Amino acid sequence: MTELKNIRNFSIVAHIDHGKSTLADRLIQLTGTVAERDMKEQLLDAMDIERERGITIKANTVRIEYPAKDGETYVLNLIDTPGHVDFAYEVSRSMQAVEGSLLVVDASQGVEAQTLANVYQAIDADHEIVPVLNKVDLPAADCDRVAEQIEDVIGIDATDAVRISAKTGIGIPDVLEAIVTRLPAPKGDRDAPLKAMLVDSYYDAYLGVVVIIRVIDGVIKKGDRIKMMRTGGLYPVDRLGVFRPAMQNIAELGPGEIGFLTASIKQVRDTRVGDTITHEKKGCTEPLPGFKPAQPVVFCGLFPVDSAEFEDLRDAIEKLALNDASFSYEMETSAALGFGFRCGFLGLLHLEVIRDRLEREYGIDLITTAPSVIYHVHMKDGTMQELHNPADMPDLTYVDHIEEPRIKATILVPDEYLGDVLKLCQDRRGIQQDLTYAGTRAMVVYDLPLNEVVFDFYDRLKSVTKGYASFDYQMIGYRADFLVKMQVLVNDEPVDALSTMVHRDRAEQRGRAMCEKLKELIPRHMFKIPIQAAIGGRVIARETLSAMRKDVTAKCYGGDATRKKKLLEKQKAGKKKMRQFGKVEIPQQAFINALKMDD
Amino acid sequence: MKVDDWQNGGFGLYLHWPFCQAKCPYCDFNSHVSALIDQDRWKNAYLSEIARVGAQTQGRVLNTVFFGGGTPSMMEPSLVAAIIEKIRATWPTSNDMEVTLEANPTSVEAGRFQGYRDAGVNRISMGVQALNDNDLRRLGRLHSVAEARAAFDIARNTFDRVSFDLIYARQDQSADHWRAELSEALTMAIDHLSLYQLTIESGTAFGDRYERGKLRGLPDDDSAGDMYFITQELCEKAGMPAYEVSNHARPGSESRHNKIYWRYGDYAGVGPGAHGRVTIDGNRYATDTPLQPGAWLNSVEKTGSGEANSIALPLKDQVTEYLLMGMRLIDGISLSRYESLARKPLCHNKINELSEIGVVVHEGDNLRPTPQGLAVLNAVLRELLPE
Ligand SMILES: Nc1nc2c(ncn2[C@@H]2O[C@H](COP(=O)(O)OP(=O)(O)OP(=O)(O)O)[C@@H](O)[C@H]2O)c(=O)[nH]1
Ligand SMILES: C[S@@+](CC[C@H](N)C(=O)[O-])C[C@H]1O[C@@H](n2cnc3c(N)ncnc32)[C@H](O)[C@@H]1O
Ligand code: SF4
Ligand SMILES: [Mg+2]
Repeated sequence: MTELKNIRNFSIVAHIDHGKSTLADRLIQLTGTVAERDMKEQLLDAMDIERERGITIKANTVRIEYPAKDGETYVLNLIDTPGHVDFAYEVSRSMQAVEGSLLVVDASQGVEAQTLANVYQAIDADHEIVPVLNKVDLPAADCDRVAEQIEDVIGIDATDAVRISAKTGIGIPDVLEAIVTRLPAPKGDRDAPLKAMLVDSYYDAYLGVVVIIRVIDGVIKKGDRIKMMRTGGLYPVDRLGVFRPAMQNIAELGPGEIGFLTASIKQVRDTRVGDTITHEKKGCTEPLPGFKPAQPVVFCGLFPVDSAEFEDLRDAIEKLALNDASFSYEMETSAALGFGFRCGFLGLLHLEVIRDRLEREYGIDLITTAPSVIYHVHMKDGTMQELHNPADMPDLTYVDHIEEPRIKATILVPDEYLGDVLKLCQDRRGIQQDLTYAGTRAMVVYDLPLNEVVFDFYDRLKSVTKGYASFDYQMIGYRADFLVKMQVLVNDEPVDALSTMVHRDRAEQRGRAMCEKLKELIPRHMFKIPIQAAIGGRVIARETLSAMRKDVTAKCYGGDATRKKKLLEKQKAGKKKMRQFGKVEIPQQAFINALKMDD
Repeated sequence: MKVDDWQNGGFGLYLHWPFCQAKCPYCDFNSHVSALIDQDRWKNAYLSEIARVGAQTQGRVLNTVFFGGGTPSMMEPSLVAAIIEKIRATWPTSNDMEVTLEANPTSVEAGRFQGYRDAGVNRISMGVQALNDNDLRRLGRLHSVAEARAAFDIARNTFDRVSFDLIYARQDQSADHWRAELSEALTMAIDHLSLYQLTIESGTAFGDRYERGKLRGLPDDDSAGDMYFITQELCEKAGMPAYEVSNHARPGSESRHNKIYWRYGDYAGVGPGAHGRVTIDGNRYATDTPLQPGAWLNSVEKTGSGEANSIALPLKDQVTEYLLMGMRLIDGISLSRYESLARKPLCHNKINELSEIGVVVHEGDNLRPTPQGLAVLNAVLRELLPE
């Protein structure tokens, strides 16, 4: 066990891609935690999806040991966090487990939207913050300007910001010294009853559920009988350890320490992040305040392309959910798509990640329906229904009004693109709240309907600003507006999976765009196909997909029979990737692509 | 006695000659350019193969013979004569057995026409391809329009039955150009025409250029579609309606050999890369041979057989082949024949759906494509094929 004064716990936070995971690599490497030959870039991003996309999705904890200039050896527990806004929840709970943050800012980019969001969270968590200016090796790096920006925009002192290159290793020793000298040691009482925070948990195929804990008071040992104060679960501790970053068993964990335990827990769902762990006997009486659970905000339907794969999909979703408590699901039936699931996600990236994993790890071809948010439908009888799926919209004659979730969006953007960003926000029914400048960059704050954002707002923002804007958001509550359900009819049949909620004033425009998109996405058939958008039976937009003119093989003689047979059989099999609506076949990707707006 | 399915279509022999003077950039046929062709050696191999397949199909009446290629008009008339003689000695042949030979329309080859006629050839199919010198060059052809016309006149004077091939939807060809060109072709004294839309085949020079984005000026799908419908219209007016997707004839002048394929009869395949469908003891076999001329010769000489594979076709495959070949014909297919092959009737709902949208006609036992349906036959077949 380590003395409190020799422990430092911190999270590494930053805007996406500013170099958190690379900095973690260097800290791990310089302290010799991992053998040189086992090092690789973004070592902690171990999931396939993380490596492929080059981003962090799950926060990761590592314990490293650092002999400081003062002659003492310190135990440092670092938590590398994700930068993407969908996973902001990971950042906030990681911060609850530590006393300080390294705020990494890319010196060639400057302060971005998640930089701000992270600082505010760190301040809320009473953290000591050490600013780190990264990527000084880049010619475009401008440390003085960025330091100034940190002081102006964030209002924290940046005179002692550590200037580093996580890539080349410049300044890493200074980071280690700053951690030891500038971040506080944790507090805690070894002799008090056990009080530990359940920071996170995940499912491991060999070990079962692994629980990440931060000990506040007392000592936990292997074999102890523990109690989860909120869920009431009682378990014997099978194994106790720390991440270096491989799992290493340890006999006990004391105050200020971060590590993991396993205790024959079956499902991640049996644990609750933010719960307080104590001893079954002589436990503490006051639990920690706990965290707000992560709430899914974006919903969509997932259906197997081949309806025979429904059971496989159920299995796969259940397995994934074992390891991801922030993802919700319930069974759904669609007239058009058959059996599937309505799933809730933290955001669009989260949705994509889950869908990718279902398709790749479990080999199931999926149809994803339009993402939607939760509407509050207030009925004339005074009751309220939560609407997760536009297809379930109740009969309008009973509806009094509809409320939709709104967000506060913060966008940082270079001056020259400000006009485009304002236009985009305005088009998405935004209400401007604030507009300030920091040097040549503008910071705009908008109140926006979440449903205008969940879908392709981020893509559009990136494209109108050539990638120079950054974006962060928080939910701020519900507000009533003139919302209607828009239906899409293909060949005169309504396709429920394409129904969306839209603002009445934007319905015509949306409807037209959707019909045009579908006209491109649906292959020509042997007959012409009308595509219409309608509100309550009234058609507001219409396109016609003309019939195919010619599709026939010019030459087919005796020697061609075998080859042509194979070709046709392949084409026939290709039809299985489509869904049949009446006489029309719609390709699976149409359900999501139909909604992408090119404004 | 039980009738084998092939008897609904007849029995023919396809003989493949794998050499050409030059390789055309669009062509993916089994054709090779070679300076040394020992025609005696080829003769022995062909005769030996005819004897082999003859033994498998003993006693059948042979309806047609087709010398295809490659460029069979490179064969010496004496070689053709020896082959036809062997054929007549191997099978009983129908009185008016059709014997077609594919010819390239150069003066050299036209010089052999009389010899082919004397050997027993009674139908010539010439690869004219275009009536425009510039386009002939771009198609890599060795003849000019004038030469083709001269060869055609010789053929016309030598044979009762002459057909020629044209390729349309060529680079930089507009619908109007094609209309004019086809009208001109239709003024020639012809009773049969094969009119193919240019197909870009992978593995050919055009295919490679196309993949690199370097094959410019190809008409888009809609204008290629226009050209197809212009073709139907002009030929119809000229008294040469389509009897198959790309084949047009005065009534009675259809290619009987090719109709065996489309009516899903039996055909023996002799020569490198030749495919066959041969029913033996009630099983229909799909046969093929080595593609390379040398490999085929060796196999025949060393093992006494040029056969590479012979696979008994499962019924499901036969059903698919019957549909995909049969529906190419204006006359379509017989539903009772389908049923006895498939052991169940063709799905009525599907037939009704397709009739409703106007792509097929169902009349008693007959199911056939409408002109509209023929143009989108692949889509029709994707619906009709068994699951
Ligand atoms: N030139 C240069 N590139 C760097 C430096 N640090 C990180 N990078 C690069 O920046 C990119 C993002 O680095 P990561 O460490 O994955 O960033 P991150 O902040 O962990 O990203 P998320 O976890 O997705 O938020 C990678 O391509 C790194 O190689 C640096 O000091 N100099
Ligand atoms: C294989 S050739 C044999 C005849 C002869 N060698 C000739 O080329 O004249 C048969 C016919 O197929 C047609 N053909 C070959 N390749 C084609 C392609 N890629 N697209 C369209 N038609 C093609 C040509 O019209 C050709 O006359
Ligand atoms: S098109 Fe005819 S001549 Fe040209 S390579 Fe093919 S087979 Fe030979
Ligand atoms: Mg990272």
